[in-house]
Amino acid sequence: MNMLNVGRVTRSELAADAPAAPRAHGLIQEEPLIFELDGWDKTGVDLDEADLDAGDLAGLTREAPIGLPGLSEPETLRHYVRLSQKNHAIDLAMYPLGSCTMKHNPRLNEKMARLPGFADLHPLQPMATVQGALAVMEQLTHWLRTLTGMPAVALSPKAGAHGEFCGLMAIRAAHEARGDARRKVLVPTSAHGTNPATAALAGYAVQEIAQTDDGRVDLADLEAKLGPDVAAVMVTNPNTCGLFERDVLEIARLTHAAGAYFYCDGANFNAIVGRVRPGDLGVDAMHINLHKTFSTPHGGGGPGAGPVVLSAALAPFAPRPWLVAGEHGLALAEHGEGETLQAFGRLCAFQGQMGMYVRALSYMLSHGSDGLRQVAEDAVLNANYVKARLSEAMTPAFPDGPCMHEALFDDAWLNGAGVTTLDIAKALIDQGFHPMTMYFPLVVHGAMLIEPTETEPKREIDRFCDAMLELAAAAQAGDVARFKGAPFQAPLRRLDETAAARKPRLRWTP
Amino acid sequence: MRYLPLTAADRAEMLETVGASSIDDLFSDVPAAARLAGPVELPTRKGELDVERAMSRLAARNRPAGAGPFFCGAGAYRHHVPASVDHLIQRSEFLTSYTPYQPEIAQGTLQVLFEFQTQVSALTGLPVANASMYDGSTACAEAVMMAARVTRRGKAVLSGGLHPHYADATWTLAHTAGVATTRLPAAVDAEAAVIEAIDADTACVVVQTPNVFGTVTDVSKIAEAAHAAGALLVVVTTEAVSFGLLKSPGEMGADIAVAEGQSIGNALSFGGPYVGLFACREPFLRQMPGRLCGETVDAEGRRGFVLTLSTREQHIRREKATSNICTNSGLCALAFSIHMTLLGQTGLKRLAEVNHARARRLDAALTAVAGVQRLTPRFFNEFAVRLPRPAAAVVDALVARDIIAGVPFARLDPVAGMDDVLLVCATETTTPDDIDAFAAALAEELR
Repeated sequence: MNMLNVGRVTRSELAADAPAAPRAHGLIQEEPLIFELDGWDKTGVDLDEADLDAGDLAGLTREAPIGLPGLSEPETLRHYVRLSQKNHAIDLAMYPLGSCTMKHNPRLNEKMARLPGFADLHPLQPMATVQGALAVMEQLTHWLRTLTGMPAVALSPKAGAHGEFCGLMAIRAAHEARGDARRKVLVPTSAHGTNPATAALAGYAVQEIAQTDDGRVDLADLEAKLGPDVAAVMVTNPNTCGLFERDVLEIARLTHAAGAYFYCDGANFNAIVGRVRPGDLGVDAMHINLHKTFSTPHGGGGPGAGPVVLSAALAPFAPRPWLVAGEHGLALAEHGEGETLQAFGRLCAFQGQMGMYVRALSYMLSHGSDGLRQVAEDAVLNANYVKARLSEAMTPAFPDGPCMHEALFDDAWLNGAGVTTLDIAKALIDQGFHPMTMYFPLVVHGAMLIEPTETEPKREIDRFCDAMLELAAAAQAGDVARFKGAPFQAPLRRLDETAAARKPRLRWTP
Repeated sequence: MRYLPLTAADRAEMLETVGASSIDDLFSDVPAAARLAGPVELPTRKGELDVERAMSRLAARNRPAGAGPFFCGAGAYRHHVPASVDHLIQRSEFLTSYTPYQPEIAQGTLQVLFEFQTQVSALTGLPVANASMYDGSTACAEAVMMAARVTRRGKAVLSGGLHPHYADATWTLAHTAGVATTRLPAAVDAEAAVIEAIDADTACVVVQTPNVFGTVTDVSKIAEAAHAAGALLVVVTTEAVSFGLLKSPGEMGADIAVAEGQSIGNALSFGGPYVGLFACREPFLRQMPGRLCGETVDAEGRRGFVLTLSTREQHIRREKATSNICTNSGLCALAFSIHMTLLGQTGLKRLAEVNHARARRLDAALTAVAGVQRLTPRFFNEFAVRLPRPAAAVVDALVARDIIAGVPFARLDPVAGMDDVLLVCATETTTPDDIDAFAAALAEELR
């Protein structure tokens, strides 16, 4: 999820006595834009002359040059390899972005997704020629249903937020089928921004539910706001404070008693997979970010995949296409006839993120039911270990009781130090780590949300904790310059985001 | 388990640091009734070799496009992707990084996005492009929503040449938000029919070129009519290679251009992940959905890039955001951008010409078969033919001859009364032998 920099735009603040950053250093090369490499007449692809002219398209063809440079293959490799070296990555060091689940991406899954039998398959080939692909979808569905204890899955949503939309649309369709149009969706104050944005997109008014002092949904407030106009309650569980909603069964009971549906944001399913089934918690719909719990690569910001598990009450309204078993094997039901008559519509052109289905299934087969349970246990253990170690110098937002897969701190420990959460994050870059999620959730002042994931070795977690404790000591000691100018060691210093937004420059121009 | 680094000794030591007696203590907030005592009923862990065998068995039950003659298009296209593209996108620094929210350590991803936006802007002929959408169809739906915000009007007119799946996805998103869609009947060459349907409440007209039947249309007149009525023109393109040969949407007066970018750099992959291209005119910038990357400077005055104008987005605006989108299609956009860098304008034009030439060859071969009639008047690399029999039955029959003959239009839209219409496509991957084999098999099948 994206929640960094919320309301905190960085500005250039140069401490006068800051050490000078090197302009070109060692292996890090300066690299111009492709448009600055004089490749206007070059190409890195050898193609035959076309054997026909395009005379039949007279008047429809482009006359002026497009304005795209080309590069030979060696130049192309250099360009992108040089750029790549300016990125932090999971494979380089711990990437403890809370709520984003930056865990190891097994390379077997990449290899499997590239098998020609999956990668070189057209979405509209005859069903008889894609039975293996449909079987992948069927097996993935089986695993997701079994792990969640839910009867149905809509596979096609292309990301978590797309899955939220899918779930709310199914809820809307279910209410409308009963002639019970409802107008409101309740969302806790700690929710991801996508929750209220999705509810609004699905045509609902959004009302916030208060949070208790211990970081959970305020049941009294929920009960007071539930009523005949509430279509759904959207709750993330484990929630964005990294805590399990202890009263989840009561949340479900109250929601259902009011005739509403319980939407669970499954962004944090990785904390409970194999140990808790959302179906046992009274959930009606939940999206699963395959790129989090089941480790499909984040890829610099996508592509994701957000299948939605649905209760029996919502299943008839799942979007097309549906995977169905017929007399000739598996098939896709793509139109509004037969069993898909009540489907709320279609979310995208084809059947969703097949490349991600293959990776996720490969991940599931590798871990198995026992390995997936271990995933949740190690993720939770690692987070609690971080919480325990850092609590000696920092202030946990919710000190009592265990956290789940991520540890949340506020900025009370920085009072009077002249250093902010943002400064800590930027200084952490100089220590060789990607910063934690900052200023999210909004309900905690100066929030720092740390999610180590289960794929970090203890040695790396200790290295991270040591770095954080060193920064904490420096902040307490008043070494403000170290923070205000940070980062010093990254390819660039702090960027002027205010200027970028004030006068947007969104493409290269000569 | 090979992906889990903690040892039993690590776990014991860490539990002690935490002050818990067992891992179960850490799950004590879960209601007792909902705690699973042991693993769920699924197979247990497998070694890499066993997983590879299981997945390969599933893959072997499919007939890959490249395994023989293959003629499907209709929204997804088989093209050759240079080997270096897939190598580069698998570099750890691209594959295993996140959304570039910490720009100081994400300049690689950010510069790529800036270059991608510039490439998309050049291809579409429009000044502002975003950092990509999920795919072409969701980009189309978002374009309609954006047009409604810009014009403060509540209706969109969809042409009969718009890919039916795009129309379905657009209806699904739009009607929920109170934007009505008027969908014109499926028609091979009638993009301009949208003009008749424009009224005072029309936010936009949506046309496609080349359309789902492959018809290429100069939409300039449609742009004039739309603008005269205060509506926007949204131009959809599903085959991005066509930008190498045809007039750009911007050149023809489009206000918003959306496209499926899969053709460049990305595998067919049974429908996803793909990459949606989205570009528009400057005044609409702040109503755009999705991520934007912008140029700025760092504290020492050096050029750098950041995600910008995020006050449109859900993590700032919550329920008032321009859309709920929280991701782009980063790695697919990277593949697109690398392939486009290899091609350059010279290579893209040549690639488009080769595609067009192959399609003309396919046209000559198929229309020489008795009973086969081409319906598409002007085409780029795909076109529609009318067969003397239902197209689905012919396609199924040709599977037995190991020829994947194309997409029956009825698969996309079963109620249009076009059961005998087949959509066929040829690209640079289609050989003359493939074409001859298809024509010969079709002639035998129709005999």
